[in-house]
Amino acid sequence: MESTKRTYVSKLVHDLKPSGIRRFFDLAAGMEGVISLGVGEPDFVTPWHIREAAITSLEQGYTSYTPNAGLLELREEIAYYMKGQFNVAYSPADQIIVTVGASSAIDIALRTILDPGDEVIVVEPCFVSYVPMVELAGGVAVQVQALKENDFKILPDQIEAVITEKTKAIMICSPNNPTGTMLSKSELEGLANLANKYDLLVIADEIYAELAYDEEYTSMAAIDGMIERTILVSGFSKGFAMTGWRLGFVCAPVEISNAMLKVHQYGLMCASTMSQYAAIEALKNGRVDVEEMVKSYRRRRNYIVQSFNEIGLECHEPGGAFYAFPSIQSTGLTSQEFAEKLLLQEGVAVVPGDVFGASGEGHIRCSYASSLEQLQEAVKRIKRFIDSL
Amino acid sequence: MRLNEKELEIVEILEKDARIATEDIAKMIGLSVEETELSIKRLEENKVIVRYISIVDWTKVEEHPGVRAMIDVKVTPKRGVGFDEIAERIYRFDEVNSVYLMSGTYDLSIIVEGKSMNEVANFVSQKLSTLDSVISTTTHFILKKYKHDGIIFEPDNKDKRIVVSP
Repeated sequence: MESTKRTYVSKLVHDLKPSGIRRFFDLAAGMEGVISLGVGEPDFVTPWHIREAAITSLEQGYTSYTPNAGLLELREEIAYYMKGQFNVAYSPADQIIVTVGASSAIDIALRTILDPGDEVIVVEPCFVSYVPMVELAGGVAVQVQALKENDFKILPDQIEAVITEKTKAIMICSPNNPTGTMLSKSELEGLANLANKYDLLVIADEIYAELAYDEEYTSMAAIDGMIERTILVSGFSKGFAMTGWRLGFVCAPVEISNAMLKVHQYGLMCASTMSQYAAIEALKNGRVDVEEMVKSYRRRRNYIVQSFNEIGLECHEPGGAFYAFPSIQSTGLTSQEFAEKLLLQEGVAVVPGDVFGASGEGHIRCSYASSLEQLQEAVKRIKRFIDSL
Repeated sequence: MRLNEKELEIVEILEKDARIATEDIAKMIGLSVEETELSIKRLEENKVIVRYISIVDWTKVEEHPGVRAMIDVKVTPKRGVGFDEIAERIYRFDEVNSVYLMSGTYDLSIIVEGKSMNEVANFVSQKLSTLDSVISTTTHFILKKYKHDGIIFEPDNKDKRIVVSP
């Protein structure tokens, strides 16, 4: 028998591109004194009372599995929260699943609804995992570019132009990672009309919903008729500063929710128990903390957007999340070149915009989830860098 | 004084960091530098902002050990002036940092600062205890400050996030 080296990795996984963020993580890892605007998480530590709830749950011995869909008490709190905060009504018993972060919520949603070859329209620039997750679920990601000229808001015509027989869902994120752009109620209605017209689902990643600065937040599921077409993904990472707890949730119509639960129970069993007890505390008593953090992010957003514009990096005002997405086209560098040189020359870590999709090219993602002192120093260094070009 | 939204923001920002530049405050709240300066001036004139202070951890400063004691004081109130007269006599002493009228088992809680335990002891025995209205004193020396006026001393401020993350 002829001896040839066998490849064990599936073709699908082999062909996946590694995340562009990973490359910058590796590059920055060995450097000293780096100021990081490259982080996609709050700089706040989880509020103490939430941490204490987790400690107490451990002290009381709650260390076993929870139901697959999560503790009923937590699902009830989530239902109460979603109704109170976003005016969407879900049944805790059969429409809410507690997941291991919002990422696993998106993953089980995609694996639940996609048959091989089904298409999902992905609005980019977008979170680095969307396209690979669609592909890993056997689907085809059809990317549509939200353009800078439209403040990175997608237009319904752009979506309609790529809808085919195979289109199953549209995937959106508002406020958006990496642009911070938030879709208004009327803009969501435009997408909802399309979903109705072509009988599509919308996977709405609303993980940044708490971090809306100028307008009241509208959930896709709150648009008339959309609760029946929306798979709503959210979690505790961003709004409650609980990234490391890996706790998210997904709300959906009963049929889809029941099907997602099958995928979740075979893949992940359930989310971590102590995280769930912490989340109950967060929902019951964490509103004041969220409001304080939002206030702080809004001030930092104002500071960094104005500072970028002053030093010649044109930056639109993001309505939510904690990212600014300034243009670096005036420097003549690609976003990869800009980010790499800035890191090596001035020790400031940012993420090149192209890792979020082709339309992100010419931009960098800068997280302002950092102290004001850090932001001030970062702006100073970026200005020095631009002046040196 | 009723503050508008921007003034309230200014007060909150300055309460956290009194040294922040006016230009930075202006950017954060979306006002011009001139407007921000005027607002700060108005807040100062109306004594909403009373003073800008630093919280110093003197234990970090060599040759400046300093001690602080909390003293529970029982006193006899006087007709017509209640506790106010004796409170004023006490807070006039330079050694006294704070005076509070308390409910419970004693009447006044005072905080005294001195260069040494001896200095505080002398103040208590020679000045405080000898006042006519003072019935008794109980002195508690503060051994270590963990949190003061909402500020945690020596907090673990290290950013535990990885430098770049999704």
